[in-house]
This record gives sequence, C-alpha cells and structure tokens, in this order.
Amino acid sequence: MPTNDQTLMEILNLAAAHFKVPRESLSPDDDFFKTLGIDSLQTLDLLTKLENHFHVELPDYELQGVTDFRTLAGKIRARL
Amino acid sequence: MNQFKGQAISWSTANGLIELFLHRAPCNELGSLSLDELEQFVSALDDLEKESHALIIHSEMKSGFCAGADLRELYERSSVMEKAQALAGVRDFLERIHRGLNRIDASPLTTIASVHGVTFGGGLELALACDLIIADKTARFAFPELRLGLIPGFGGIPRLKRDIGNAVVRDLLLTGRSFNATKAQQIGLVSQVVSEGEALRAARATASQLGKFDRHTAATAKQFIKPIPYEDLREEINIFCDLFARPAVQAGLRKFVESKDAQPYLP
Repeated sequence: MPTNDQTLMEILNLAAAHFKVPRESLSPDDDFFKTLGIDSLQTLDLLTKLENHFHVELPDYELQGVTDFRTLAGKIRARL
Repeated sequence: MNQFKGQAISWSTANGLIELFLHRAPCNELGSLSLDELEQFVSALDDLEKESHALIIHSEMKSGFCAGADLRELYERSSVMEKAQALAGVRDFLERIHRGLNRIDASPLTTIASVHGVTFGGGLELALACDLIIADKTARFAFPELRLGLIPGFGGIPRLKRDIGNAVVRDLLLTGRSFNATKAQQIGLVSQVVSEGEALRAARATASQLGKFDRHTAATAKQFIKPIPYEDLREEINIFCDLFARPAVQAGLRKFVESKDAQPYLP
C-alpha cells in the first residue's frame, strides 16, 4: 500500500492536471474548494476522477466536511 | 416531424436512428419547458418509429446527462401557491412525465441512454426508461431525493427494482449517495462503460448493430424481457404526493435552492 505522502502527492498531481492549475500552487492543507475554485458539479467530477484513479469507492457522506487534500488522502487510504 | 430544435431538447433522424439531445443549461434540469418539449417528442414518436429501429438519448451539456428535476422551478412555483394548488400542480407534472417516460419505456424501438457526468434523480430515471445505458467514465449516478424528504418521482424506484437487486436499491435510495460508472456496471445498471467522451460513439455503434436484426423480433423480445411496472409506477406517484404535502419538503427545497455549499446535493 502506498504511504500517506504518496497518496497525497498523487491527489495533488491529479487535481492540478485535471483542473489545469500549476502543481506548485497546490499544498496538502489547502482548502481545495477555494484553491481550485470548484463548484458542486466539478466536485463530483473530482470525486469520480479520484475513484477511478485509486480504484476505490468513496461514498459522498464520508467526504462531507472534508475540505483539504491531506484529510482527503486519509479517507482514500482507508478504502485502499 | 423528422427533426425538431427546441430550447431544452432537440431530435433528428437518420438511417433508422432517432437521436434525442438534451441541451438546457446548466445540466438539463427537468422543468415545465423540458416536459413540454418531451411531450412534443412523444407525440411525434408514433410516426418516427415507423422508419426507425433505435433511439439514443444524449446530453450536449458538458456537466452531464441530467441533474434531475428543476428544483428551483418547483420551489419557486410551489412556495407562492396554496398547499392544495401546489399539490395538484405536482401531481399533474408527475402524471405527465410518467406518461412520457412510460411511452419511451414501451417503445418498440431499442432505446439507449448515452450518459456522462451528472446523472442524478430525474436524469437517472430518464436513463432507466431506456433499454440500455452506456456510460463514459465521468458518469455519476444518484437518487438524492431523500435529502428533500421525498422519494424519486419519475418512475425511479420501480424501474430500478426491475433492473437490479433490492438490497442495492435500498442502499442507493436510503443513503442518497452517488456512485460512478464502474460501480454502476458492477451492479448491473450500466451495460457498457467507455472512455471519457466516447459514450455517444459507442451508442451509435450499438444502434448500428441493432439495425441488422428483424424489428418485429427485437420488439417482441423487448416486450417479453422488460415488463413495465405500471402498478408500482402508479403507487410511486401517490407516495410522492403524500410526502410532498409534508412541511419538511418545502424546507428541504428552500435549503437546497438557497445553499451556497459546494456539495448541496448532500443532506
């Protein structure tokens, strides 16, 4: 299983590529809603991208209140 | 009428294939305008079917196939009406959309929903009225109606029960959670999953294959294997209207419409 840091880096790389923002502009503790400026439909898009990339299922309710990449990485690792 | 260009939907026919496109921003919310145009399509279907073997329903909106009922319109209209008048309006809307979806469900054509992105609530119910669902990898499905104190009202539960096991139906309905195309294929909801942006191409290829078979045989096979659950569909309208009369629904609609949350579909 990848380490937490590896999972986190993969999420940051994926988010940067998908939303076409410089990778260096994203940090683990960023509020991704604010940093990426994404709306509800784009949030669903990101969720699908993450599930497809990590081959996991992430129920929406487990992500409720999650706003930073680091916590998100923990939620994903719990499903790997 | 072999082609139509409306504000919410359009259709055209070529080589025995009818293509119905949804194109109302932001994500094909189903309100009175969409319903009016869907009824025009259903009225034209008797003639269109004579020269066709398949129907594809697809969205031209990047955000997805369809985000479901137009909750903003529902809230704005029902909040200024007397309760009995609002309830009568809702029942009339449901009766009309059920007639339309039942007609598509019962069509002798082979029908294909080509979906991507958000396919929620009424959008999923529209897809479920089709014989096949072909999804690209961005597709995401959900029945989030319980967040409003409602159940799906456009035939969702009876048609989902027809297609997949009751335990999965309960999970999707009672949690309101969304799930991706891979999961949808695992549970038997989706028959083909393709790369991003490839759903329409795959649907057209499938429709082309269908055109090789005798139409009467295909229609007979469809009728045999895909019974329409009319009794449950009727009961669904009654349950929906009973629930709609409760104050929790108006509060739920208001909360959704006024929400600035990035995940307003979550309860």
